[in-house]
Amino acid sequence: MKADSNEQLLLKGLANNDGKAIDTIYKENFSVIQALILNNNGTYDDARDIFQEAMITLYEKAKSESFVLTCQIKTYLYSVCRRLWLKRLQQMGRFTIHGEDIEETVAVEEDMEIHEKRNAEFAIMDRALNSLGEPCKSLLEAYYIRKKGMGDIATDFGYTNADNAKNQKYKCLMRLKKLFFAQYNIGE
Amino acid sequence: MEDILLLDAVERYLSGAMLPEEKAYFEQLRKNTPEIDQMVVEHKLFLQQMGTYSEHRNLKHALHESHARLLERGDINEGGEVSAKGKVIQLFHRYKKVTAIAASIAGFTALTISVLVAALSPTVNKTQIQQLNGAINQLRKVQQAQGSKINELNSGAVLPKDVTVISSGTAFLIDGKGYLVTNAHVLKGSGAIVVNNKGQEFFAKIINIDQTRDLAILKIDDNTYKSFNSLPYAIKKSDVDLGEELYTLGYPRDEIVYNMGYLSAESGFNGDTSSYQLSLTANPGNSGGPIFNKNGEIVGVLSTRQTSAEGVVFAVKAKGIYKMIEELKKSDSSLAKIKMPSGGASLKGVERSKQIKEVADCVFLVKAYNQQ
Repeated sequence: MKADSNEQLLLKGLANNDGKAIDTIYKENFSVIQALILNNNGTYDDARDIFQEAMITLYEKAKSESFVLTCQIKTYLYSVCRRLWLKRLQQMGRFTIHGEDIEETVAVEEDMEIHEKRNAEFAIMDRALNSLGEPCKSLLEAYYIRKKGMGDIATDFGYTNADNAKNQKYKCLMRLKKLFFAQYNIGE
Repeated sequence: MEDILLLDAVERYLSGAMLPEEKAYFEQLRKNTPEIDQMVVEHKLFLQQMGTYSEHRNLKHALHESHARLLERGDINEGGEVSAKGKVIQLFHRYKKVTAIAASIAGFTALTISVLVAALSPTVNKTQIQQLNGAINQLRKVQQAQGSKINELNSGAVLPKDVTVISSGTAFLIDGKGYLVTNAHVLKGSGAIVVNNKGQEFFAKIINIDQTRDLAILKIDDNTYKSFNSLPYAIKKSDVDLGEELYTLGYPRDEIVYNMGYLSAESGFNGDTSSYQLSLTANPGNSGGPIFNKNGEIVGVLSTRQTSAEGVVFAVKAKGIYKMIEELKKSDSSLAKIKMPSGGASLKGVERSKQIKEVADCVFLVKAYNQQ
């Protein structure tokens, strides 16, 4: 079943990080996932984590150029969450999920692999950033994540001019790169 | 320091911020220096990673916000007590559409009903009350039944052969000499006979019909009639109190029928002060019947019922009989001899069934007919 135009709009919104689209998808799907997790030895926090992770997977899919969603958002999210939770359960030494025969699922293994890779990369970057220490971490975050201009960053961080801030940024960046690639290449 | 300059150059090259000449020079440098080429590739990969990382972080942030927002609104629930605020907001969000729809339906219905009421009310008024004189078909049967009885009893009064009974009702004596009161709407035809509770028929003359009061006076004009020296009941001028227990006797069929109720309003249909509203079962044929209070005094004349409600009956106040008689006495001296039983209640304290036995003799079935 092809996702209808309404769902396409929602996915477009999600890809653009639109709060309304996220709220809508969240509201319509969270309860089902929560029930699944809670019925299978999970907690409210587990439910939130799993669901949000699935949302990220959906986001990645929506963002990718070759994106085609061949089922409903609901089905996709459910399938991903199910996989994620099953994996979590396996790690805890359990192997089955109960009470799920009502929901249809689709194959999401491929997406999950991509997602896991992304997750690993995310973790590496996160670790690298966190081990940088201040003010390097905040400086780089301001430039690369919040996309601030060097002038603003100089004012915010108290550098006398943008050039000095830029120099400092590159120093930090070199350290970060070193840290990142040390982990990243091991991972490869 | 050199590294930093180089890094800046790479970054500007990758973001496309270089001028064409500088770019050409840099590309030349890349070709000639494998280290720099490697650095560009590496940095490109790093920037991609950085980009993905920042996207994910922003998305995670957005998801957390969304979660908190939905939790606050009560759209999702994490088991804890939903805050009062959340609950109200949740109810509002959940039912706002329904409420809007309900409100529009209510509005539409109210408008429709008011339009309908405005359009239909004049006609509705006419049919809201029903006069309780008997139906013709029913009466024909009565007539046949009575006809056979009359022969047996060898009563003097026999219906003329060429007449059609068109209406029936109830009447009661207001003077032992044979003066009866009934409803004006009972006397539709040109003449009437009255039948007592033993089935004896008597010819009656229509003395007066007062359409506004809906009262009429008949006089039995038959030599088989034996006049009463005194009537067992009094006719009461004063008003009845709300809730007072009342009963009536009448002829919805060819046999006398008793019904009991109470005064439910001091005015009649549409606030008519010349009548009462009673809660009592009455049927066609009860029209003109006396309404007794618990002391066996006549307080009214049963006349109509409301068709839109069960058990709502209207009765002309007994005061109206006095007024009518007084007016008649002024215009017709022959009626001066009518003497209304206005004395004390002789049936006070008497058991209801005994009261009925006493008064039933004075309650008559009226058959109004048309001479052809």
